[in-house]
Amino acid sequence: MATLIKERRIVADSWHLLERGPKGELPEVPARGEVIIPLPLWLARREDFLAYPGKLGVWLDANEGPEALADDVQRFPLIAVNFPKFGDGRGYSIARLLRERYRFKGELRAIGDVLHDHLFFMEQCGFDAFALREDQDAQEALSVFDTFSDSYQASVLRPVPLFRRRLAAGKS
Amino acid sequence: MYLYDEIDQKLVDERVVQFRDQTRRFLAGKLSEDEFRALRLRNGLYIQRYAPMLRIAIPYGLLSTKQLRKLAHIARKYDRGYGHFSTRQNLQLNWPKLPQAPDILAELATVQMHAIQTSGNSFRNITTDHFAGVAQDEIVDSFVWCEIIRQWSTFHPEFSYLPRKFKFAVNGARSDRAAVAVHDIGLHALKDEKGEVGFRVLAGGGLGRTPAIGFVIREFLPWRHLLTYVEAILRVYNRYGRRDNIHKARIKILVKERGPEKFREEVDAEWAHLKDGPATLIPEEITRVESRFTRPNYLPLPATDRGLQTALASDRAFANWHKRNVHPHKKPGYAAVTLSLKKTGVPPGDVTAEQMDRIADLADRYAFGELRVSHEQNLIFADVQLSDLYSLWHEVKALGFATPNVGLLTNIICCPGGDFCSLANAKSIPVAEAIQQRFDDLDYLHDIGEIDLNISGCMNACGHHHVGHIGILGVDKRGEEWYQIEIGGNQGEIRPGRGASLGRVIGPSFARAEVPDVIEKLIECYLVRRDSDAERFIDVVHRIGVEPFKESVYGNADQRAAHRRGQLASA
Repeated sequence: MATLIKERRIVADSWHLLERGPKGELPEVPARGEVIIPLPLWLARREDFLAYPGKLGVWLDANEGPEALADDVQRFPLIAVNFPKFGDGRGYSIARLLRERYRFKGELRAIGDVLHDHLFFMEQCGFDAFALREDQDAQEALSVFDTFSDSYQASVLRPVPLFRRRLAAGKS
Repeated sequence: MYLYDEIDQKLVDERVVQFRDQTRRFLAGKLSEDEFRALRLRNGLYIQRYAPMLRIAIPYGLLSTKQLRKLAHIARKYDRGYGHFSTRQNLQLNWPKLPQAPDILAELATVQMHAIQTSGNSFRNITTDHFAGVAQDEIVDSFVWCEIIRQWSTFHPEFSYLPRKFKFAVNGARSDRAAVAVHDIGLHALKDEKGEVGFRVLAGGGLGRTPAIGFVIREFLPWRHLLTYVEAILRVYNRYGRRDNIHKARIKILVKERGPEKFREEVDAEWAHLKDGPATLIPEEITRVESRFTRPNYLPLPATDRGLQTALASDRAFANWHKRNVHPHKKPGYAAVTLSLKKTGVPPGDVTAEQMDRIADLADRYAFGELRVSHEQNLIFADVQLSDLYSLWHEVKALGFATPNVGLLTNIICCPGGDFCSLANAKSIPVAEAIQQRFDDLDYLHDIGEIDLNISGCMNACGHHHVGHIGILGVDKRGEEWYQIEIGGNQGEIRPGRGASLGRVIGPSFARAEVPDVIEKLIECYLVRRDSDAERFIDVVHRIGVEPFKESVYGNADQRAAHRRGQLASA
């Protein structure tokens, strides 16, 4: 099982990720538990899931977007975003949209091809949990969040861009 | 020069530490080749035909002499004693060793340089007019805007894994010397009726295997919205640009597939959320960035110089050089000077470490310790006193950089080609050299007048052949090197009324040895057809079309048909 880093610590993961079958079939959902279901399943059976007795999270693939969830975003304690390949950067935009536009406050988890060298930018974009690919050294990866001491842009982690903070620092 | 503040410096230093760690993990077998590739490319490190190639960023082409001396030192210590200035205004080293790459980056960081995002599917080095800040037709100093965008694009967390590379150009003058229409995004500075600065924004242009002229996505974007608007474009591209096929992943394909209108609507919808947000620029930031640029301490000088007039009248060689390689300046008594890196027999853009040191000495003495790299692969001293031109010319000439060919046929833009590059189908440097040798008569060159001849060794078009008035493309035919000729391309509106255009192929390709003959025929056709010597080659191509040029090379339609019949009969 993949190691989970959450809020910069290695933690045990109680969630169960339900993946789609090899032909894209939607998974069966256990009667209760802590499950992360694929977006199409949520969209297909939303009414059923509103009464789900367990804890329900949803995961988005890279070609999906938070637009499909819209106001439902706040219902989830956890949303995961899949990185099919580490070089596929769509998840970064999805994360920022979830945090900045849809004001999602729960756990935002990166899943899939999640590697050491990508965690820094992922965190900037609003991910706070990282299900590392199995071969990754989680202990070593913890240091990566301090790679850069600052960043120029506005991001989820630093909503005020550097140029405005520079100005404020100059005035104080 | 923009001088780093503490934070700028720290980020570059931290980048060195990061890459050292990544290299260590790769060499220890903890990173796969594929995973490390994505990381090293972000630091400009390719694995090339013979060795790694390191592409060092020269943001918007501006260099101090201290930096140039450091580049010379690096070329000497870590490479084979020379470097290649590229069409992206960067410097490439062709023989560094991978384990030493972190040390090279550390050396660069000591002079406020780096190789960040010079390759890979990232936001690349921003290019601009090599006369920024000194041009007589200046609207804004584009360096300031380039630096603002450089900072915004450096380590942008959301846009670090784009579908494909992303090239950005800014032009701040009336003439477009930055080729903004053939970039993923191009900005053309404007002022509205109140004198407020804004930008015409072009998107979806590019060269490569599917060349395209960018479309005007916004006619006038007020400066304070620059970053939020660019962010909106990048977000639409990052989310919807194709990732299934590397050859269809540039933004131009997305624009083409969506249609410009639909693409604009999507960007506007995204921008509606970002507009007036925290990334909205403020006047204090523009002032801050402006004030961190060192400025030459210009002397109040008369607009003409008597010594210069005398030298021009008495020394014809100097006058020739002055005519081509000296450019007007917005300050009276000053001029900008091009050091030509296009001497026959030397690969275009190549400079030895020794030459870099000598050029740095000259720039210290004559040009306030600064120089620029042009996308035409020459070096520019932007601020030279008129009274110094004659003695500067003597010194530049002694170094071999006074070829008086700027704007002329032998000022060839050329990629490294098959001699160095693993992507190339064909060599390009020997073709440039053969053309330069054929057209070695200076009077004839001046008579031909202004013409851009560009050569790429493959369809990736690093030599910008699509926008050469004459473009040459190396192609592979059953393992042999052949060359396709295009005419009618134009990099941008350098002269009013003649905007950017893409060249058209004139016909079947040629063996390397035939190329100089073909160029000569095209030139002869032009000389016969031009109205006056004010009408350039490109103007004639657009006036009379490609057909007469085709005929001059391949014969008329009947002759071509007869030739084909002959080929069929003998086959």
